[in-house]
Amino acid sequence: MSYVGIVLVSHSVDLVRGLQEILSQVQPQVPVAIAGGTDDGELGTSPFKIKEAIEFANSGKGVIVLFDLGSSLMNAEIALDWLGENERVKIADAPLVEGAYAAVVESGCGSSLDQVLHVAQKVKTWQKIS
Amino acid sequence: MTLDGTKFVNWIRRANRRIQENKDYLSELDRAIGDGDHGINMARGFAEAAQRLTGSADQDLGALCQQVAMALLSKVGGASGPLFGTAFLKMAGVWKGKDHASVHELSLALREAVNGIKMRGKAELGDKTMVDVWEPVSRFVAEKAEHLSWRELCVFAEEQMDKTKPLQAKKGRAAYLGPRSSGHLDPGAVSSFFLFEALCETMEESGGDR
Ligand SMILES: [Mg+2]
Repeated sequence: MSYVGIVLVSHSVDLVRGLQEILSQVQPQVPVAIAGGTDDGELGTSPFKIKEAIEFANSGKGVIVLFDLGSSLMNAEIALDWLGENERVKIADAPLVEGAYAAVVESGCGSSLDQVLHVAQKVKTWQKIS
Repeated sequence: MTLDGTKFVNWIRRANRRIQENKDYLSELDRAIGDGDHGINMARGFAEAAQRLTGSADQDLGALCQQVAMALLSKVGGASGPLFGTAFLKMAGVWKGKDHASVHELSLALREAVNGIKMRGKAELGDKTMVDVWEPVSRFVAEKAEHLSWRELCVFAEEQMDKTKPLQAKKGRAAYLGPRSSGHLDPGAVSSFFLFEALCETMEESGGDR
């Protein structure tokens, strides 16, 4: 069985490494790849790293990309332009931590790319303290 | 009055020198309304771009722009990487296969670059971003056409940069500051001015004012 892959994009590699650990504890079978920091390991993002992470996380069922702050979205979009139609990739408009958690749980249930995207984006409306 | 491969390389090397000299200034501007890395990021990106061009035998303006874009995309990291990178990628598209460009062809490349920056950054004129320099500069070049004076263009670009000071930021990290972002120059507008200043000086040096 293959799963929708998850790519975590952040200015900080430490931030997404920690998040990746949390996610693999919940659903170790779901491919989660990270693209944190620049090519030189500085704070920032890299479209080259994001493209590689997407290719790594795609086991045939598509990939959801989650990102931290505005400029990582621009580099994620450039990576998508480079990949063209060859890979089924969606960028989620969602908070990084909660969105990634919701996505990995949904993906682990064997859901489709669109379903995983929908669930990841729905967490925007959740109240954390009720 | 045309831009060729040699002048293009000189332009980027000059822009690199200007950015290296002003690295701390650019970071200081970004520290006021952003995350303080603009100078370091641009210095890293342009150093790489200048170095790649120096070792290149290419005379094709499209290929040269492409090399600058790739250097910026891989080295910059912050928002200016994808934005300046996209600008040069769009210019590469217009200049593909050309070993020189007239002022008219420069205006076509700038127009595409502006469209690319606005599409990538989802910014409009007046949002206190690099668009506030690029868009008016692009229009100025298109309107003046063969009557373009590089010296006038340089003055004009600087005026556009200065106009970002009172604006309130609508995009990027500075937008988190809301009204507190006004009263500061936009760092991307300043580095964009340096880029155009370097272009004007390179063109002026090689062919007189007109
Ligand atoms: Mg910055």
